[in-house]
Amino acid sequence: MAVTEENLPSPRQERPIGFGRLKRKEDARFIRGQGTYLDDIRLPGMLHGALLRSPYAHARIVSIDTSEALALPGVAAVVTAKDLETLGLAWMPTISYDTQAVLAGDKVRFQGQEVAFVIAETEYIARDALGLIDVEYEPLDAVVDARRALHEDAPLIRDDKEGQVDNVASPTWEAGDQEATDRAFAEADVVVSRDMIYPRCHPAPLETCGMIADFNPETGQLDIYNGNQAPNVHRTVYAHVAGLAEHMIRIRCNDIGGGFGNKVPVYPGYVCAIAGSIVAGVPVKWIEDRTENLVSTGFARDYIMRGEMCAKDGRITGLRVDVIADHGAFDSTAQPTKFPAGFFHICCGSYDLQAAHVKVKAVYTNKAPGGVAYRCSFRITEAVYLVERMVNALALEMGADQIDLRMRSFIAPEQFPYETTTGWTFDSGNYAETMKVAMEIAGYDDLLREQADKRERGELMGIGVSFFTEGVGAGPRKHMDILGLSMNDGADLRVHPSGKAMVSISAQTQGQGHETTFAQIVAEELGLPPEDIEVRHGDTDRTPYGLGTYGSRSTPVSGAAVGVVSRKVRDRARLIAATMLETRPEDLAWEKGRWYVRGDPEQGAMIEEIARYAYSGEPMPEGMEGGLDAQVIYDPPNLTYPYGAYIAVVDIDPDTAQVTVRRFIAVDDCGVRINPMIVEGQIHGGLAEGIGIALMEVITFDAEGNCLNSSFMDYLIPTALEVPEFELGETVTPCPHHPLGAKGVGESPNVGSPPAIVNAVIDALHQTHGVTHVDMPCTPARVWAAMQGRPEPPQ
Amino acid sequence: MQVTLTINGREVSRDVEPRQLLVHFIRDTPGLTGTHWGCDTSNCGACVVLMDGTPIKSCTTLAAMCVGHEIATVESLEVDGELDPIQQGFHEMHALHCGFCTPGMLMTTRALLNENPRPTDQEIRTAISGAICRCTGYQNIVAAVRWAAEHEAAFQQEI
Ligand code: FES
Ligand code: FES
Repeated sequence: MAVTEENLPSPRQERPIGFGRLKRKEDARFIRGQGTYLDDIRLPGMLHGALLRSPYAHARIVSIDTSEALALPGVAAVVTAKDLETLGLAWMPTISYDTQAVLAGDKVRFQGQEVAFVIAETEYIARDALGLIDVEYEPLDAVVDARRALHEDAPLIRDDKEGQVDNVASPTWEAGDQEATDRAFAEADVVVSRDMIYPRCHPAPLETCGMIADFNPETGQLDIYNGNQAPNVHRTVYAHVAGLAEHMIRIRCNDIGGGFGNKVPVYPGYVCAIAGSIVAGVPVKWIEDRTENLVSTGFARDYIMRGEMCAKDGRITGLRVDVIADHGAFDSTAQPTKFPAGFFHICCGSYDLQAAHVKVKAVYTNKAPGGVAYRCSFRITEAVYLVERMVNALALEMGADQIDLRMRSFIAPEQFPYETTTGWTFDSGNYAETMKVAMEIAGYDDLLREQADKRERGELMGIGVSFFTEGVGAGPRKHMDILGLSMNDGADLRVHPSGKAMVSISAQTQGQGHETTFAQIVAEELGLPPEDIEVRHGDTDRTPYGLGTYGSRSTPVSGAAVGVVSRKVRDRARLIAATMLETRPEDLAWEKGRWYVRGDPEQGAMIEEIARYAYSGEPMPEGMEGGLDAQVIYDPPNLTYPYGAYIAVVDIDPDTAQVTVRRFIAVDDCGVRINPMIVEGQIHGGLAEGIGIALMEVITFDAEGNCLNSSFMDYLIPTALEVPEFELGETVTPCPHHPLGAKGVGESPNVGSPPAIVNAVIDALHQTHGVTHVDMPCTPARVWAAMQGRPEPPQ
Repeated sequence: MQVTLTINGREVSRDVEPRQLLVHFIRDTPGLTGTHWGCDTSNCGACVVLMDGTPIKSCTTLAAMCVGHEIATVESLEVDGELDPIQQGFHEMHALHCGFCTPGMLMTTRALLNENPRPTDQEIRTAISGAICRCTGYQNIVAAVRWAAEHEAAFQQEI
């Protein structure tokens, strides 16, 4: 395949090196259908697992009879909670310091909860056997509404937890300054409040979750194949849970068909596959179907929020937020911070507020556990949605233009680094400039005129703005860790004698293009062609320790590690070059790919020559061994703070209330872009997901706790017909503390787009229908109800 | 039952249960795991293959229904080391991230171009609307199909 590139040639050669629109290296296998996803792996003697799941949201388990299932030819074993108890595996810890049942023994706490695990010769037989397991349930009253869960008479969900007397998962947690906030509100000219829900949605990567566990009873070695976003963390967890030696566990991720946060947690099915392999003594494959993915694995959001915002002299001055977080039956919220609500208190947004105060309380309900960061840094999405909706509510109340109010209230460029009232240190930014670029691309004034004309003709068109600041790249030790592990990433770079290189990283791609981007970082720093640099990842035996890929942390943390390790190799190369050229290291200067003698540029050594020399047995610099390689562990000093200005233009059919996103303008500032093509691709993908969340994706339940969106028939994901051609722009404010000046970007579009779209919907309907609020997803039914004066939240 | 199919021009014969899905039959054939599975309800299109040139969802088709028909999968696109223009287009325009939807998208759009060599953007979007890509936002997939259409047209002119 012809590899084409368009970027700057290196100073010495006509070869493209480093940052730029390099076509992806990993494409070669995917376009041929030669990726290795989990289900493509077949091991000799492998058996297949299937999970029996609860039909009830809340019920006591009276008995489980597995005899008929066991009698089915081809069934090797049926595992229940009782069996797991003997292995000490009936319950497992969650990242959020809760426990979760692997298989339900006492009672089931959500519909779809894991009850029994069948192992059989084929997946067809395993699934046949599920129907033969006889479970007697005694149904209990179920709670699906988080507010009702707090009522005194609500049934107790977590009676397994000692001392738990109610459904509070974590007590009220606060950030910011309450008194100062009260003062800001007392002095304000305008105050608005809104109740809003960020409904439960699901990352739904196209490849569902699954595992192959291969325990070797003779050696005690456990080989795991599992597409997950943090293989090293998973290995530590399994070592801990199963009491196995960590070095006897190897996790290989191979290719992953999308993650988006869904593949961060450890799921009961994984533990079952491991237990199954230990019991059966052969490899066991378990892969969930789509319904299982939607009803049982990590959902996202589910925040019930009340916001109040105030302004004085035309500027935003204060924010008050009160949240009930619905964690479902177990708190398996995937978030590494020391704050119970993750990064939610970044909700003061991009504005220079006088004060803000945030309260969050979390509850248990009879719904699936999760609270994963779906293309999001741990509740930033909810925070940005809240503040950007509130700014528009305030603008509406003040009769101000939604952009003017933002422009007047932004943190000014000279205020950076900026300490927010809730304790974040934003590193850099020029918000007004980014907003202006978005206005230009949109033709904002023309849009306003077009809207006025359309209104005259009875057409409904809305313009919605959002401006977000995110904190990504978790993160500094003082604020976060996972089960006591600090959030560092390792990198190991070896330049071989031939000048080809191998960089091993601890981040794990699920489609982000790491094999290309990380090669480009090494290429940029060392001047080697990216095609000569192999990126190795997703194998705990062959990569350094690190915490993985989620919360847009690949480039901010792992990318930084690769930058730093490349520079370390470059420094080593300088010492060797000095010996080669019989000069002093300080007399050498670097140009991409080559050390040369200052003042005599013809005298120099290419990095490839230095590599060959380093392994040649020729004299090395004093005290130095041969070879050209280095390792680092990168400990991020702060998060990176990407930001962006988004403008959505929607049309609403006055007769059907169908919302169409006609235009979407996204101007992102993610600092230095290593591969702009990949960055733009990430933005496209996140915007499509944001449109889905704003308009169609939701997981709802009926009063008994039956999940109403358990397949792609009713969990609607945008197709090519629901998303427009996106209009992208950029500004570049390099991150001051990142070695490459880069910030994360993957989740920005998902974070920033929903509020822009909902603001546009309200903007379309405010003048004509008096609509001031509508909840997501803005389905025709919900928008129609809002038009009739009944804005109804989803269940 | 014994089922004999033609997959990518090769006869494949196996004893299978009557209920076996085509997607499983294909994936059980050595070397043919490019056809993926992504949903239970015929919504995602990860499993699309061509049956006698028409795109079908192999997750909703029994292997037994395909006896006597010609099945083509993603593995048939590259011929003698030459990529199909649609494959090249996906690479050129960055039309894939995780690659899981890619085989289905490639087969769907190959069929589109066979039928309609110069589709409009709207026609491309309609053609792929039976398939989900969770990663790319579709924009670059549309651009990739356009790229392939243009290159095939240029190639046609040359000969
Ligand atoms: S697997 Fe989803 S449509 Fe066939
Ligand atoms: S590239 Fe991941 S689903 Fe399309």
